[in-house]
Amino acid sequence: MALLKISSPHAHGPMSTAKVMRLVILATLPGILALTWFFGFGTLSNILWASISALAFEALALKFRSRPIGFYLNDCSALVTAVLLGIALPPASPIWLILVGTGFAILICKQLYGGMGYNPFNPAMAAYVMLLISFPVEMTTWLQPFDGGVMGNSALLGPIEALQHSLGLGSVDAVTAATPLDILKQNSSATLAELWQQTPQFGQYAGIGWEWANAGFLLGGAYLLYRRVFTWHAPLSMLIALSVMAALFYDGGSSNSGGSPLFHLFSGATMLGAFFIVTDPVTSAVSNRGRVVYGALIGILVYLIRSWGNYPDAIAFSVMLMNFAAPLIDHYTQPRTYGHKKSAKESN
Amino acid sequence: MSDISYRDISLNGLWKNNPAIVQLLGLCPLLAVTGSVINAIGMGLATTLVLTVSNSCVAMIRNFTTDAIRLPSFVMIIAAAVTCIELLMQAFAYELFTILGIFLPLITTNCVILGRADAFASKNSLLPSMWDGFIMGVGFTGVLILLGAIREVVGTGAIFANMDLLFGAGAANWKITLFADYKNVLVAILPPGAFIFTGLIIAMKNMIDGQIKKREAAKKADEPTVSRRVRVTGNIS
Repeated sequence: MALLKISSPHAHGPMSTAKVMRLVILATLPGILALTWFFGFGTLSNILWASISALAFEALALKFRSRPIGFYLNDCSALVTAVLLGIALPPASPIWLILVGTGFAILICKQLYGGMGYNPFNPAMAAYVMLLISFPVEMTTWLQPFDGGVMGNSALLGPIEALQHSLGLGSVDAVTAATPLDILKQNSSATLAELWQQTPQFGQYAGIGWEWANAGFLLGGAYLLYRRVFTWHAPLSMLIALSVMAALFYDGGSSNSGGSPLFHLFSGATMLGAFFIVTDPVTSAVSNRGRVVYGALIGILVYLIRSWGNYPDAIAFSVMLMNFAAPLIDHYTQPRTYGHKKSAKESN
Repeated sequence: MSDISYRDISLNGLWKNNPAIVQLLGLCPLLAVTGSVINAIGMGLATTLVLTVSNSCVAMIRNFTTDAIRLPSFVMIIAAAVTCIELLMQAFAYELFTILGIFLPLITTNCVILGRADAFASKNSLLPSMWDGFIMGVGFTGVLILLGAIREVVGTGAIFANMDLLFGAGAANWKITLFADYKNVLVAILPPGAFIFTGLIIAMKNMIDGQIKKREAAKKADEPTVSRRVRVTGNIS
């Protein structure tokens, strides 16, 4: 006999914040694996330092704000920020760069605004933008990817070497190279076919390593979609908008071409952005219709900044600009309340 | 309002009603030219001078202007004062004049100046108005210098660079390098840094205010409270 009276609704949400966050971290694994395979262990050292420092900063801020430390650390949101920032930074970044980044993300972008759920900007992306405009040299030197895999490849950083590199110890010199997006941006004379022939880094269609890393994030994103962590609206509309823009300015592969849609979809941080940044529930638009608009505008902005802006990649800038606009989008895409007729203004 | 004391005016301008971090007036120069201490000092001095001169002039003509032409005449006075300062700076601190650029003539539109002219000088006699203009300017300059110092230290790892622009050739070596081999944090010098650090300064001011209030409340609680009840039972010790 049940003595405990439970009132409706009887269905309960199986997803807690912590569970969602853990799923997101799990879903980044294929992408991280691909990055490690092609770029060496630098991404993992980034993530290690970022995670430790982000948790420390979060605990510090919570202590100052006299909030329950264990409760908020357990929701893993700081860890997600750290992992995303660690992936976005160039592999084997120096530790001071990572500390400045996570400090800015957690202390200023998240806790100053009131902590989890109150931040108007995606903390990882805001920190990335801050680092990019502050330290352009460190933020744009990417390691050169190699096709053969990380095992036994002396040109790529091993686990110990990556840690040494990030601490500035030892005499490990990593091989650096411009990213495909950067090369394409600098190019003014070669047609795309020539460019692909001249530069081995371009790989099959979007750059060695980059295409696999993006495929990995696409896989992770698909898993999150399957687990219903987010809806398809924002990522899909962003990818479609980016492809349409790229197709419009493809120009048949001449020297003025902005690159093929496939190149834009699988190069840079496109898939990471589409499935892990744009879908951030706190900083994006909330209604489904709003998410379509939000995602599409990000896709268009990404192409505009990549092609005509000053920086080679644009996910962080576009996301931050649209974070600004999210409340406005929400205002104009408010769903009709069930049972209510269309307002007089709309039916006219 | 003639009974206003100089002490109150000073306290208002420097802390309680500081134009930069309480009234949030004049944000344009506050955010735009505080990339270094020298720029902040130059801008602060110019604004203080303009404030003092315009407040004095407005106080002197306050009984002869009708409401209809009040604001236009104030703006004319301010613009004249700004032009004087601009010419003076062009004559005696030309490099600084070129660095401050458009923000020098823009002092005309600085809300602090018109705000003080309208809110204070048009209702008070000459000397209090002059003092109010000066103190408001000093309060504004103080915040400018603090912000400039923070941004310069965080942005370049050094402080007091290029002081010779204002203080003569002898000041060229006033620069103090706090961190050798410092990676310049450009964001502090760029406009976003101004917003971030202004926010932090405002937060700091509010925190200090909160502590003062708490201390006063504690002092009040410590004072022996006199029992208002008449004792009718028990022993009186």
